[in-house]
Amino acid sequence: MSDGHVLVARQLTKRFSPDRPPAVDGISLEVSRGEVLSIVGPNGAGKSTLLQMLLGILTPDSGTVRIFGVDIIRHRRRVAHLINYASTDLSLPYSLSVRENLEVFALVYNLPQPGQAVSEMMERFSLEPLAKTKVGRLSTGQIARLSLAKALISRPEILFLDEPTATLDPEASAEVRQLLLEQVRKERLGLVYTSHNMREVERLSDRILLIESGKSVACGTRDALYGLFDCDNLEAVFIRSVNQARQDRRRDENADK
Amino acid sequence: MKMPTNDLEGAPVECLPLTRPPVPLFSLRPLAGILLRQVYLYRRSIPRWMEIFYWPLLDLLVWGFLTLYLRQGVLPGTTAAQALLGGLLLWDMLYRSQQGISVVFLEEIWSRNLYNLMVAPVTPYHIIAGAMMTGILKIALSSGTAILLAYLLFSYSLFSLGLSLIPFVLCLVIMGWALGIMTTALILRFGQEAEVLAWGVIFLFQPVSAVFNPVSVLPDGFRQIAFFVPASHVFEGMRQVLSGRGFSWPQLGWALVFDLLYVAGSLFLFSRVLKRARKVGFSLKLGS
Repeated sequence: MSDGHVLVARQLTKRFSPDRPPAVDGISLEVSRGEVLSIVGPNGAGKSTLLQMLLGILTPDSGTVRIFGVDIIRHRRRVAHLINYASTDLSLPYSLSVRENLEVFALVYNLPQPGQAVSEMMERFSLEPLAKTKVGRLSTGQIARLSLAKALISRPEILFLDEPTATLDPEASAEVRQLLLEQVRKERLGLVYTSHNMREVERLSDRILLIESGKSVACGTRDALYGLFDCDNLEAVFIRSVNQARQDRRRDENADK
Repeated sequence: MKMPTNDLEGAPVECLPLTRPPVPLFSLRPLAGILLRQVYLYRRSIPRWMEIFYWPLLDLLVWGFLTLYLRQGVLPGTTAAQALLGGLLLWDMLYRSQQGISVVFLEEIWSRNLYNLMVAPVTPYHIIAGAMMTGILKIALSSGTAILLAYLLFSYSLFSLGLSLIPFVLCLVIMGWALGIMTTALILRFGQEAEVLAWGVIFLFQPVSAVFNPVSVLPDGFRQIAFFVPASHVFEGMRQVLSGRGFSWPQLGWALVFDLLYVAGSLFLFSRVLKRARKVGFSLKLGS
């Protein structure tokens, strides 16, 4: 493992059905401390499958994921306390209040001073006025803030976020983005992030991994990708790279025939 | 900065007439849509079909066997009534114990929180252990209340079973845990449509658990199956104590042996389901 890398994944491959192409096909990536890596790709490109393998809850057909040098697939319990995750597809128990939810997760993550950790998160994410409000009564934006508080309460070294702002209005998205950047800079945590919002990815990411049909199309800084695809914004890079990858694939398929 | 305003504000506005008439209140088509939704749901769901035939059949068996037993008139009236109430109270403990585990998992699925726990540094076995403890607390509260009410309303004390009550309850709670783990495994495997199993699977065991009637009343095939059900030995033991024939150690022994086999089997099934889930992926939503 290179110095400074908190996560190193090599040649990850996952195929769910023998009749279909792999959902993830030989993807490698690494994340350093304090770095934001965005994973970008069209729907069904394999982003969620890749995240599940990085989280150690989906076994790859081949390849490795090492977190601080530990193989997370084989020894998940040794590093599970160093990672956390939030997704728009997930929620938290509706009938529990904001504070109660954070208390539960502070205990689940075995924090030495759970009460203090809960208070810190409540303050950091401006959740105090909502402390006694049940999750079922929160707005989508408030749930997103709570999910982030839950994801950060364990002081993770690596945070995985699956489209955290997908359901938010522009103002709430900006707020969440700001909170995330503050956390990344302050705590120096590695952030692995998926989003369909290209403006957001441009603003947040140190590096961007473009994937299509489970394969890595390109990976680099925003400016490197602009140069590579001769574009001046990420949306154009996305469209051009995906089209190019699809054309290459069709050409390969035709050549095979 | 002056915000742009609607220049027509205040001016008379003419609306276009309705382009299509409203849906008639008694139209059959919307009703057909609702019905079709259910038809589609049932067309693809074996658990839902099971439910249609399951409950009437089980009710028929349980009450049918009880009728056979009562017709024999073997036990004196008071003892028979005691056996019925005792059976009901103990059966509820088994039911709560099973529910304790499966409902805990279902709650996490309903609130889309299971994945959060899967990512956390806890294993599914932590969740099971937590559910077992919750189950014990629920049993203490619900059965405590039921036992008190049975005493106040019907002058029946479950404690008339004496110290034998302790092993009886223990055996039923363990069987409930085993069935709870098995049900949870099936829900994780087949998704939320297998949710009906959480409420129904325990009743599959009721006719062969001899809750309200002795095993001897059951037809031959049922009697053979009942031998392999821990609860049948508990309820047979309970009736033996109530009829003054003392505590049956062999019945307790069989109940414990099968309990251990059930727990081992359900944990094996659960671990297989988890292994498969790690191979094919957990559903984030686990919805129907």
